Amino acid sequence: MNKQSAITAPGVLHEPLVHDSAAKHVSGRAEYIDDIDEPSGTLHAYLALSERAHAEIASMDLTAVRAAPGVVDVVTADDIPGENDISSTHLHDEPVFATTKVEYWGQPLFAVVAETREAARRASRLARIEYRDLPHQTDVDAARANGNRLVTAPLKLERGDVAAGLAKAQRRLKGSMLIGGQEHFYLEGQISLAVPGEDDDVTVYASTQHPSEIQLMVGHVLGVEMHAVTVNVRRMGGGFGGKETQGNLYAVVAALAAKKLHRAIKLRPDRDDDFQTTGKRHDFRVDYEVGYDDDGRIQAVDAVYAARAGWSADLSGPVTDRALFHCDNAYWYPAVRARSEPFYTNTCSNTAFRGFGGPQGMVGCERWIEDIAYALGRDPLEIRKANFYGTDTNNITPYHQTVTDNVIHRVVEELEASADYQARREAVIAFNRTSKVLKKGIALTPVKFGISFTATWYNQAGALVHVYRDGSIHLSHGGTEMGQGLYIKVAQVVADEFQVPLASVKINATTTGKVPNTSATAASSGTDLNGAAAADACRQIKARLVAHAARVYEVSEAEVTFEPGGVRCGQKFVTFAELVASAYVGRVQLSAAGFYKTPRIHWDRAAGRGDPFYYFAYGASCSEVTIDTLTGEYQVDRVDILHDVGKSLNPAIDKGQVEGGFIQGMGWLTTEELWWDGKGQLRTHAPSTYKIPLASDVPPIFNVTLAEWSVNKEATIGRSKAVGEPPLMLAISVVEALSMAVASVAEYRVAPQLDTPVTPERVLMGVERMRKARG
Amino acid sequence: MTEVRGQLRFILNDRDVVLDNLPATRTLLDFLRLDRRMTGSKEGCAEGDCGACTVLVGRLKRGQLVYETVNACICFVGSLDATHVVTVEHLSAANGPLHPVQQAMVDHHGSQCGFCTPGIVMSLYGMWMQNADPSVNDIEVALQGNLCRCTGYAPIIKAGKSISAYGTVVADPLIVERQSIKARLQALKDGKRVELGEDKDRVIVPASSDDLAEVYAANPTGTLVAGATDVGLWVTKFMRDIGPMIFIGDIADLHGIGEVDGALRIGAAVTYSDAEAAITSRYPQLATFWSRIGGQQVRNAGTIGANIANGSPIGDTPPPLIVLGASITLRKGDVRREVKLEDFFIAYGKQDRQPGEFVEAVTIPPLGEGEQFACYKITKRRDEDISSVCGAFRVKVEAGAVADVCIAFGGMAATPKRAKTVEAALLGKPWTAATVEAALSAYAEDYQPITDMRASAEYRMVSAQNLLRRFLLETTGEGERLVREVA
Repeated sequence: MNKQSAITAPGVLHEPLVHDSAAKHVSGRAEYIDDIDEPSGTLHAYLALSERAHAEIASMDLTAVRAAPGVVDVVTADDIPGENDISSTHLHDEPVFATTKVEYWGQPLFAVVAETREAARRASRLARIEYRDLPHQTDVDAARANGNRLVTAPLKLERGDVAAGLAKAQRRLKGSMLIGGQEHFYLEGQISLAVPGEDDDVTVYASTQHPSEIQLMVGHVLGVEMHAVTVNVRRMGGGFGGKETQGNLYAVVAALAAKKLHRAIKLRPDRDDDFQTTGKRHDFRVDYEVGYDDDGRIQAVDAVYAARAGWSADLSGPVTDRALFHCDNAYWYPAVRARSEPFYTNTCSNTAFRGFGGPQGMVGCERWIEDIAYALGRDPLEIRKANFYGTDTNNITPYHQTVTDNVIHRVVEELEASADYQARREAVIAFNRTSKVLKKGIALTPVKFGISFTATWYNQAGALVHVYRDGSIHLSHGGTEMGQGLYIKVAQVVADEFQVPLASVKINATTTGKVPNTSATAASSGTDLNGAAAADACRQIKARLVAHAARVYEVSEAEVTFEPGGVRCGQKFVTFAELVASAYVGRVQLSAAGFYKTPRIHWDRAAGRGDPFYYFAYGASCSEVTIDTLTGEYQVDRVDILHDVGKSLNPAIDKGQVEGGFIQGMGWLTTEELWWDGKGQLRTHAPSTYKIPLASDVPPIFNVTLAEWSVNKEATIGRSKAVGEPPLMLAISVVEALSMAVASVAEYRVAPQLDTPVTPERVLMGVERMRKARG
Repeated sequence: MTEVRGQLRFILNDRDVVLDNLPATRTLLDFLRLDRRMTGSKEGCAEGDCGACTVLVGRLKRGQLVYETVNACICFVGSLDATHVVTVEHLSAANGPLHPVQQAMVDHHGSQCGFCTPGIVMSLYGMWMQNADPSVNDIEVALQGNLCRCTGYAPIIKAGKSISAYGTVVADPLIVERQSIKARLQALKDGKRVELGEDKDRVIVPASSDDLAEVYAANPTGTLVAGATDVGLWVTKFMRDIGPMIFIGDIADLHGIGEVDGALRIGAAVTYSDAEAAITSRYPQLATFWSRIGGQQVRNAGTIGANIANGSPIGDTPPPLIVLGASITLRKGDVRREVKLEDFFIAYGKQDRQPGEFVEAVTIPPLGEGEQFACYKITKRRDEDISSVCGAFRVKVEAGAVADVCIAFGGMAATPKRAKTVEAALLGKPWTAATVEAALSAYAEDYQPITDMRASAEYRMVSAQNLLRRFLLETTGEGERLVREVA
């Protein structure tokens, strides 16, 4: 009745095992940072936030704050021994605390430390601050109109002669699209607990995807070397990119207060403050011009991707880079020029979010595909197919990498058949002919997503494996667990290497003390990198065990094999524990540090050329929707997905990523709307105003299939493929289906050009435009 | 003179809790996590919208012990006298077998990051105890107040369908122990008023509505709290003091649901959940609407009386109740008066309610012969969302012409408000598209909606106008509405 039994059986790789923490999750016994028993004397810090979008700080009177009940101290920029900066790309543009001016509503000014969190939070609002207001720009259009600077160097990708391509194309079109941002809404908000130690030491428990970054930042702000700082994380209650750099602030402030007061300090913002302060998915305005022929084949693309970067650079450079890397989605452009413009705005500093700019790149791309289809009066799927990358020709990307593993034709062909796309499209069109108020739409869209950090040096990982003398195994690696199932997958790799039951492998919290200089668990790379590093560690130990066994049992090393239930040494079969016990007595080192770096990849950003991706992951989805043309309300009726994860290490975990990624993407593109008021304050700052999908938003028919035939051409761990981010973009088919339903109002003659998120309001306004176009 | 008890008493899982002192603002979630170090229930939002803190609260209602899901983050401990609070920790022992709900979730891969999971387990548990063979729709309703950011819900829905494959409801501990818990709660319910603390930390739980009248008249600056689905946020978001807090949610004689002269009379402390059957059987037009008020946890706590008394321009119930001609009974001391609901809302934040006066009941007359009625709620997300626009319509057509009409909107003005100019433009005219089209321009006389995070002024106006079109279509047999159909 349950899969627990499978966990104790060997042969664990490629099996649909349950998440290692599942039983703890459901019983409330899984420990998150706020659940850790606090060291005695723990105090609580709370951040005071600016209430201006852009202003000089004329004066700041903290008398009332200090005098408030329960307050122990106030921590300001003056208390920082190191540098008042936590810019993750080291541009020195992100102070921990504002000192002379504030650049967005919600920017931290100082921290209050009190006996309780409530006391600190209450006191944080008592400061008397005088501001001298400065003009503010909160969106891309205002930033561009105001001539705002770019927060970091833009990127240009160019291949072929775009001017000539546009000039000689039979047809041309131009367009512009707004793509909204997205709040991560990790269910567990940002949090850190810092415990001071002797000398410069401090230990930080942080909800972070990037412990090494926290370690670096804490050291930087405290003015101590990294060896003084230890960062631990057992699990996060969701990350999605929102804890790649955005946890730095909370960890640094907690550590700063801990060292100042010699007390353990916990810092956890309220959900509203978390929304106000931390970065989100970038909003984009995409302006494009496309040349194409009468068959819808694209000749040239010229696109500008302008982004709301926020008040500092954070990861806006690499995020907007990746938008450009996916301006092609799965399509070959004979000529292409794509440029990024990461604009400074007076908003939170936008950051990593599942897909890392790729989704926005792809949404823009699918928009011009759609425009072409409406201009030609064709099914957008035909246009898509007409432009797919070839397998042997027409396979060079805008960044000059050759696509060598293209399976999009097969993926789309199979989904088109299994979803019965053509017949359903006919049925939708027939429905729309007779239905007055309700209209339907259907769309099938592809995804091709590049796997690897485009910062090439990030593509490395370490692991530490100990085998104890009783045969139990201690596993540590640099990856972090945010629910995606990385820990169980890497444990499966280790159990498979030693051919031991999964229960023999203890999965340990990630800590900078065990594995140094780790990369963020991001870019979908967690399993590829850390799984391979763990395998490397296992193989080192195995080699020593094999040598030992050959010696002890007087067989050749080739005769020693790890098998389910034990180790075969020629004629002899011993349990793993017996061999380990023997090796211990034989003074064999039973611990190893593993390492992995992704082969082959390289990237020259200045030239806009290289092979930044090790391989690509593919998928396709087909969505059918119904809209209400009186109110703009809609529902997603059916979704079919076929997704490529290579040879899955854990089909249950991977399917969960595909389903969850799709729904999260659907939320981004439909109901999740970020709205700033005229004063520059984000007003959708909690679940009461910011609407992520509910169970009742899941399509009633939701068929999700992994492409079982797929095997990664590259020698990844188990020939699997990364799965974290790519499925999010499958949700683009929902936008396209809504678009078709809206277009039906004017007999599909006009491209509706809906901006995202496609809220009911945007649908209704689209319908109104169609009514006017119809006349 | 009502007897006073200086202790608040309830059962927490298998232990008795007795409190002599308690900040009025203490939430159940903080009590669990901070005071009791029971960290299974999580804080995701502290405003009752994510459900990560969901617990069950068992109360004696009309002689029955009823367990319902509640958001612990906005539930005041002061509201828990004579209840049985059940948290996720109660479902399975550390080394024991998992509860059927938990095992179903494990086997169907229903958790990823796990942070929302305890709340989801409790919501499924609350559902399953009442409905061992739930449909997908039942599960969706049970989970309306639970957000999950990881899974996309599909595995959770599958788990919800399969719980009974892992165990039977009759064997569930809360069912097995029902009689003994009930007896313990009856013993705790001693008919006394509960009073704790001083000043801002003062908590008062009146014993009856007469006692409430006395307490409130003596403490007119006190905060009346029923379900705390709004007052909870005054505390968790705005850090306001609410003492003396006067908890009225458990006053038995405010829980009446009955008929008076053919009208439905609902006591002020009746929750949305408790009123659902009475409301939707009399006004089936409100069935879908009713299930879209808040999430399940909010409907289990929030009351119609407080939804009215709160005076919000975007409260769910006022538009339909105004259109149905509802009135409310206001009471101060022993003095009662009836006020038509539409007259109760004076301006933003201002209602026709005197200091020390409270809403005792709402009375809703039946629809008249030949009257047609509908209520539409427009939101960004279908469920558990606040209206951009909420429109209610009632029309009586005689000989093809509009003999009577009443229209009210929420979200279109600073108060829930009738569309009197639109009504005037319809009255006496043929009930036809031409009449409706001609009346649309009158909307601008009645409403000047605002642009905010929920909708633009333009969208509010256009969709509000379109709702009149919809009402016409529906009353003339051409209605087409989105209906979510799940297998």
